[in-house]
Amino acid sequence: MKVSIKVNGQNYTRDIEERTLLVHFLREQAGLTGTHIGCETSLCGACTVLLNGNAVKSCTVLAASADGTEVTTVEGLAKGNELHPIQEGFWEKHGLQCGFCTPGFLMATVQLLERNPNPTEDEIRHGLEGNYCRCTGYHNIVKAVQFAAAKMRGEAIAAD
Amino acid sequence: MGEKFFGKPIKRKEDPRFITGAGNYVDDITLQRQSYVAMVRSPHAHATIKSINVDKAKAHPGVIDVILGQEMLDAGIGSIPVGWLLDGLKTPPHYAITVDKARHQGEIVAAVIAEDSYTAEDAADLVEVVYDVHSAVANPAKALEGGAPQVHSDAPGNVTFNWQIGDKAATDAAFASAAKTVKLDLRNNRLIPNAIEPRASLADYNRGTQEYTLYTTSQNPHVHRLIIAAFVMGIPENKLRVISPDVGGGFGSKIFQYPEEIIVLYASKKHKRPVKWNAKRSESFLTDSHGRDHVTTAELAVDANANITGLRVKTAANMGAYLTLFAPAVPTYLYGTLLAGTYRTPNIHCEVTGVFTHTTPVDAYRGAGRPEATYLLERIVSYMAQELKMDPAEFRKKNFIGPDQFPYQTPVALAYDSGNYVPALEKALAMANYTKLRADQAEGRKNGRYIGIGFSTYLEACGLAPSAVVGSLGAQAGQWESSLVRVAPTGKVEVFTGSHSHGQGHETAFAQIVADRLGVTMEDVEIVHGDTAKMPYGWGTYGSRSGPVGTSAIVKAVEKVVNKGQKIAAHLLEAREEDLEFLEGKYQVKGSPDKAVSFGDIALQAHLAHNYPADLEPGLEASAFYDPANFVYPFGTHIAVVEVFPDTGKVEILRYIAVDDCGPQINPLIVQGQVHGGIAQGAAQALFENALYDDNAQLLSSSFMEYALPRADSLPSFEIDHTITPSPHNPLGVKGIGEAGCIASTAAVANAVNDALEPFGIRHLDMPLSPPRIWKAIQDAVPAQAAD
Amino acid sequence: MYPAKFTYHAPWSVEEAITLMNENEDSKLIAGGHSLLPTMKMRLATPAHLIDMKNLRSLLSYIHDKGDHIAIGSLTTYHQIESSSLVKQAAAILAQTVSEVGDMQVRNMGTLGGSIAHADPAGDPPAAILASNATMVIQSSGGERTVAASDFFQGFFETAVGAGEILKEIRVPKFSGGSSYQKFKHPASGYAVAGVAVCLTKNGGNIGGVSVSVTGVSDGAYRANGVEAALTGQAFSEALAASAAAHAIDGIDALEDPFADAAYRGQLAKTLAKRAIIAAWNNA
Repeated sequence: MKVSIKVNGQNYTRDIEERTLLVHFLREQAGLTGTHIGCETSLCGACTVLLNGNAVKSCTVLAASADGTEVTTVEGLAKGNELHPIQEGFWEKHGLQCGFCTPGFLMATVQLLERNPNPTEDEIRHGLEGNYCRCTGYHNIVKAVQFAAAKMRGEAIAAD
Repeated sequence: MGEKFFGKPIKRKEDPRFITGAGNYVDDITLQRQSYVAMVRSPHAHATIKSINVDKAKAHPGVIDVILGQEMLDAGIGSIPVGWLLDGLKTPPHYAITVDKARHQGEIVAAVIAEDSYTAEDAADLVEVVYDVHSAVANPAKALEGGAPQVHSDAPGNVTFNWQIGDKAATDAAFASAAKTVKLDLRNNRLIPNAIEPRASLADYNRGTQEYTLYTTSQNPHVHRLIIAAFVMGIPENKLRVISPDVGGGFGSKIFQYPEEIIVLYASKKHKRPVKWNAKRSESFLTDSHGRDHVTTAELAVDANANITGLRVKTAANMGAYLTLFAPAVPTYLYGTLLAGTYRTPNIHCEVTGVFTHTTPVDAYRGAGRPEATYLLERIVSYMAQELKMDPAEFRKKNFIGPDQFPYQTPVALAYDSGNYVPALEKALAMANYTKLRADQAEGRKNGRYIGIGFSTYLEACGLAPSAVVGSLGAQAGQWESSLVRVAPTGKVEVFTGSHSHGQGHETAFAQIVADRLGVTMEDVEIVHGDTAKMPYGWGTYGSRSGPVGTSAIVKAVEKVVNKGQKIAAHLLEAREEDLEFLEGKYQVKGSPDKAVSFGDIALQAHLAHNYPADLEPGLEASAFYDPANFVYPFGTHIAVVEVFPDTGKVEILRYIAVDDCGPQINPLIVQGQVHGGIAQGAAQALFENALYDDNAQLLSSSFMEYALPRADSLPSFEIDHTITPSPHNPLGVKGIGEAGCIASTAAVANAVNDALEPFGIRHLDMPLSPPRIWKAIQDAVPAQAAD
Repeated sequence: MYPAKFTYHAPWSVEEAITLMNENEDSKLIAGGHSLLPTMKMRLATPAHLIDMKNLRSLLSYIHDKGDHIAIGSLTTYHQIESSSLVKQAAAILAQTVSEVGDMQVRNMGTLGGSIAHADPAGDPPAAILASNATMVIQSSGGERTVAASDFFQGFFETAVGAGEILKEIRVPKFSGGSSYQKFKHPASGYAVAGVAVCLTKNGGNIGGVSVSVTGVSDGAYRANGVEAALTGQAFSEALAASAAAHAIDGIDALEDPFADAAYRGQLAKTLAKRAIIAAWNNA
């Protein structure tokens, strides 16, 4: 079947099998390999993207169901060379190690901070329960999100 | 050498590609005419394969081939070897595709190659296998019982090895004369590594050059090349190129050579096209080498003054169905040798039986043997303190090896070259506000709050070495590391390292070292790793070896470059070499800073060789191989504070304090990250993670739906600090920190939970300390509360 | 990770969807997909026909104030519900319960109708549906019918939605008393090992009306009548909450799984019931 999905502002029209998962569409049809596959039970969150502005696990959406939608992946987060504050936060606070789960965390954080611009530590931890990280113990991910939240609120960033 | 970068919390150089989705993991690589393989795996843990019918699968549109074990055997593909041999070790063959029997659930019985991954999966479902299913055994203690199902006919009683260390007679005597002894039965629960990137392999055979390229998720590409080329495929080592690009976490599980890697190589040559395999998470659960899984009896003896006098340990170590690369070393030389910990224990004896079971192979997993030893030791030390009615911190302090006792020869082979344990303990106690914490605990108990405080004053031995020693213990490998430092005419530097980064931040930390020593910027230094066609031979990254061993090779190579540069500089400045010094990127005449030439100019002259010393080779590069003189011995104190809720049995970690000593820190940001991640993984063993098999050796916790990884809301933020006791034997004085957190934290959390349960009269609960287990123990301990 | 082949349909009306279901025996409806797709990826479910409800979203995704009740379209997502001020104010038990489902990403996609039609015994929403005395509107080719919550859940993945029927709307009576959903999450899956929803009204110091429902414990969510009977009309105290909660699994054979045996699950149900009663009282 023919499916058209606008990814990061660019239209991708592809002829695919009906059963193709959105994550496979993004990686294999659109060639956007920043979105990762970490599990098959919709729990790890590595495949998180924004679908019409909502953070979703792209391994649990059929590409067919996403026909006509707009998707933002990690590749679409920065504006040209200017990093998104969330990307900056993860870099600044060492919120990643192997980097595999990172795109999912970044995209989930976009939604988290959109809904709650000034989250407490508990709210950050609860808000990111849909994403697994095996490297960081989440400590610096929390710091990264706090950094990004402060920056997005326009606050001066305090040094450690 | 100016230390502009060493010791600074510099943001990682590798991060921009990861945060923009530009990382390059194996599954991100697509080659022209790439085909895909799906594995047909045994659903049974123990079954004879009666017949396999591949007709339907082969006839399925889009299917290229179905490969069976016999075909590969006939083609001369060998067994995947074991890389560490013990006396009398039984090593039954381990073929990529089994030819006779399945010996664990998930073992490959056929491989289906197809044009795309969906089709491969469809056709795998069409392969018809008739099994004769036998009874199976998963528990190592049960596997040793008479009449237990046998895993291999040539390993009677399911024993692969018997191993011991220490002086049995002396230890028995110490127990006979002890003032007090305690005994604990411990189960070190089996863990499943679960790096978030599933394993993946892509093979590409070039029929023109007859060269194979294997892109694979490996922590040690050269080890993969050596084992697969020389021992499995029987091809010249220089005809196999192994590339491990960005790798999404390893934790040990990506050290080993796996069946799937052999299958894609074989199929790629057969069909003259690239073949890719990418693990589904369910396959990761069943086939990534697991960790831990010991059944142990441990006894500790003290004299009348509460001095530890003896430790006696008997362990049945579950090895799974086959021995993988390092498996025999993990419950032996990486376990028994660590049992002295930080304590003066004059007599230790440890006996280990390696046991085959119908389960996934067990091998090194973050810490590898050392977490098992540390859990045992730290748990029984706390248990003894409780028995003696002594504060667990006091009891530990009293038994610490003193700072004046180094070098310290333990009774279990290791000779500690340095250490200073009290300052780390004191710092952690101060951070915890220990006196107040105990008072709060007492107050809480009056009000029905059950707070527990747990210690782990651990030590670990990492940076495995020296090669001759590990060789004498059975390693079929060296444990040195290599580096090649190449300076381009423009002064840009490439550093090729045998270490492999899969999250550790080598591209930053190593660059810090090199930039300082060459007086160049961080941007001028490129760290290159993960490709056997680029790097000198290297042993890779595991066992916290890249810090102490990998960087030492780099320092040596950089030194050679600096020294050669000095010869060129002496020529250009018309000065004697010994009158020059190299400072902040300039060779200058001592005392005359205006007579100087920059490193960049030297690099250019080395390549032009126009105005150049007559007896010197052109070019500016050097390689070095560093074989360490000893292990390094990081140590520290971890304190966990937990609350147990008796009505549900749930545990909450309220605080976690860690003071670690890994010597001087190359990059504190990265060190802290390693500690955080390690704490999380170790704490998760204590509380959440558990690979559970049923009586038919079926893995019950076979997906993230059953196997609990810690989530962001399972853990608190950690309070961490450090002390610095340099290693005396490597150039930077650094000690590994990749595993320390994981080695220490399991015991700290387990001790805290057991401490919290003291008011119920519960003396010891084993891991995982899950809510149902705790609730049940409380019910059993306080029958009156059961009705509540 | 790779679903088996199916024929894909994306109808534009409920009627068309029902026709497709009737014409194609081995068919499944897919809404948010978070119950069905994971099982399809593991090939535990291999429907020959998949009927995607995506084009019905504009029709069946709504939260309407209907005076005495709130009408919620079956394709309304958990996130829409948890963030609706109307639901938070007039059906707080539902808002709180769906906020405990899965995680943020799951709540963005998962739908209330999809979840309760799936009737996972460890799902959270059935507890709220039962405790709030909701009514389900089910459509078939023969027309619409309504089913009370107490008749809707019929055991292990079974509901009153029959072959050729589609769950269209959930009607939740407005409720201004106190309520609470207490859940013990499975540490891996995040599903309810046990979950208890309580809605109650105060009558001075006494409990007026009360409904208590339990999920995760039996083959389907159920109303804990014994608890309700022990509370109704009684003077509230924590001791009463505890003694009433002890009836949470009366007549129920609690489920067992590798994580929790029946005794532990039963204990959880009682503990959570007690907590939920107290919390509901405190916010009544």
